Amino acid sequence: MEKLNGAQQVVRVLEDLGVNLIFGYPGAAVTDIYNELYDSKIMHVLARHEQGAVHMADGYARSNGKVGVAIVTSGPGATNTVTALATAYGDSIPLVLITGQVATSLIGTDAFQEVDTMGVTRPVVKYSFLCKKPEDIAKNLRKAFYIASTGRKGPVVVDIPKNCQNRNYLFDYEPKSDVSIRSYNPTVFGHKGQVKRAASALLSAQKPVMLIGGGVVQGDATGEAYKIAKKLNLPVISTLMGISGYPTTDKQYLGMLGMHGLYEANETMHNSDLIFAVGTRFADRATNLVSKFCPEAKVVHIDVDPASISKTVGADIPIVGDARTVMQQILDALDEIGKEPADLSEWWQKIEVFRKKNCLSYHKSSDMIRPQEFMETLNMVIKELKIEPFITTDVGQHQMFSAQYLDFDKPRHFLTSGGLGTMGVGLPAAIGARFANPKSPVICITGDGSFQMNMQEMAVCRKHKLPIKVFILDNSVLGMVRQFQSVFYDERYSATNLDGNPDFVKLAEAYGFKGIRVKDSAQLENTIRAVLQSPDEFILVDVITDINTKVMPWQRANGSMIDMMLNDEENN
Amino acid sequence: MRQIISILLENESGALSRVVGLFSQRGYNIENITAAPTEDNTISRITILTKGDGTIVERITKQLHKLVNVIKVSSHEENSVDIVGREILFVKVKAIGHTQREEIKTLCDIFGAKIVDITQDQYILQFVESSLEVDRFLKAVGEQAEVVETVRSGVCGIFRGEHSLHT
Repeated sequence: MEKLNGAQQVVRVLEDLGVNLIFGYPGAAVTDIYNELYDSKIMHVLARHEQGAVHMADGYARSNGKVGVAIVTSGPGATNTVTALATAYGDSIPLVLITGQVATSLIGTDAFQEVDTMGVTRPVVKYSFLCKKPEDIAKNLRKAFYIASTGRKGPVVVDIPKNCQNRNYLFDYEPKSDVSIRSYNPTVFGHKGQVKRAASALLSAQKPVMLIGGGVVQGDATGEAYKIAKKLNLPVISTLMGISGYPTTDKQYLGMLGMHGLYEANETMHNSDLIFAVGTRFADRATNLVSKFCPEAKVVHIDVDPASISKTVGADIPIVGDARTVMQQILDALDEIGKEPADLSEWWQKIEVFRKKNCLSYHKSSDMIRPQEFMETLNMVIKELKIEPFITTDVGQHQMFSAQYLDFDKPRHFLTSGGLGTMGVGLPAAIGARFANPKSPVICITGDGSFQMNMQEMAVCRKHKLPIKVFILDNSVLGMVRQFQSVFYDERYSATNLDGNPDFVKLAEAYGFKGIRVKDSAQLENTIRAVLQSPDEFILVDVITDINTKVMPWQRANGSMIDMMLNDEENN
Repeated sequence: MRQIISILLENESGALSRVVGLFSQRGYNIENITAAPTEDNTISRITILTKGDGTIVERITKQLHKLVNVIKVSSHEENSVDIVGREILFVKVKAIGHTQREEIKTLCDIFGAKIVDITQDQYILQFVESSLEVDRFLKAVGEQAEVVETVRSGVCGIFRGEHSLHT
């Protein structure tokens, strides 16, 4: 058997598992591994902050479904990744993070750059390993990939002490081994009886709705969701994470539900008699007050994570299993039953009335660009140019506008931090998406607040000549918080003014990029078109937007799905 | 309503902290907890006494089961006839003078407790029973004598009859 040292085994396992790209930042506790990476076929992308590195791995994983891999050093290297791990955990994204650790003899002595990485990261990862001896490395890494990429996916940390990577200690490398973990056996197939009950319920429902969550996108179940929706003529609604799980230009698609969901989506949910929910956890931003949520609806809930079923909204027909597999089972069951579905024409008539409300309409302003206007224009130009970009967002108003206005006909093309709501994820996620899809255009829509949280990663774009297009919706304030202050705090704008912002155009130029500022509605369309028609360069566009625009619709807290504030003439 | 939750899990580093962390993270209650390896030393068994209604306990057991290193989870009401649950209590009491020493001894006889250490003016009492019975005994002791110190093990539980957590 081949003898390799610990550091070599780290790299070899990654190679054996088909990893060809990792994001990271070196430090004292991982120098042996970096020494081996130097000769490896695996490409290493040097981030400028460990958080950025893990967000890049996250964007990589979100956009292509493979496990994202990152490597950082012990102590501050590890603690800097916590937000990014929590981001991936919040949205069930498969990642493996390798962290260096001080030598086993120093663990517990408060050594230089020592932190209890397992302890610090425990609540924000799916699982974690500490390799107590070199022989644990290969085994634990293989388990980490298996755990990260199966069941409800998520980030896994593998903590490797410095001495376990020792160059001089050679030991047997087991080239291949099947991973099996007796305590971990995710359910794939849905219970047959439950599947049949769900199929019957779907056939007899008078006012059904399909609700798709991130599980449909991450579980590669979009084809099955589409087939079921078409077969039964179901209205389809998505959560924020479900966006791109169903073609948004399809006429059966009603948009995102929830706090800033579309009027027709929230009304349809509220009035439905059956919710066919797949891969969603009924988060608080989606349901509003659970006790008032969709009073007439029976709930079919398909999820790979049993703990997500009946956690908030009770399920009448729970089905534990993989989204794709279970939906295929449902398609088969529908065929087997062979009955015609109920006639939904009355239901659709009602839904068309909801749609007529036209809740996303707004008034253009003569002097300022409104964020809605930016989104509509961007969407239009993308269609006109017939490109299918991956679009990442940060968190705040621009994120909600993106979710409301942009169209996605292919899965995994909308990358956003839904669960944790992490500002600063947009640029690094775009970098990860571009590395995963080197031929696709990648757009990052961000805010002037969010962008500054990880803008150092522009260096990575420079180094690797990544032609990402960054649009900063720049209103000089933290728009979403300000919106709250404006409505609920008597316009007392505490700490939401971002006075002191840099000149973003010059900032881009400092990295050798083109920066463009747009202030005028009249120039918006041409600027966007010109930017998207420059496929080979990174361009930053500072879009100066109206400070007072609020994201609408907006659900009232502790209400039902239909307790919404809509665009009012004066404000919007 | 108190429930006894029994957990079988991989005996790995951090196993106990994952279980305890889950309880604090999700706002569940731990009244008491015991943990030790089983006859198979790659597997540990944890018994937790918790408070909460059926829905809460169902959520706890689902979340516990979701932990990657957890093999099996089972829950029972504390006073269910399906489970034998026992706790060990040591209580150090002042025992001064013949009368008081006799009274404490009688109390121990009634409850089936043992005196396991004697000094000139103190006893250590040992009592093994269900958690509720331990509460009752402790109360009775407190009424008879001055309690110096107590320590309880937390509950250990096992199913009656054929049913078993190990399979």
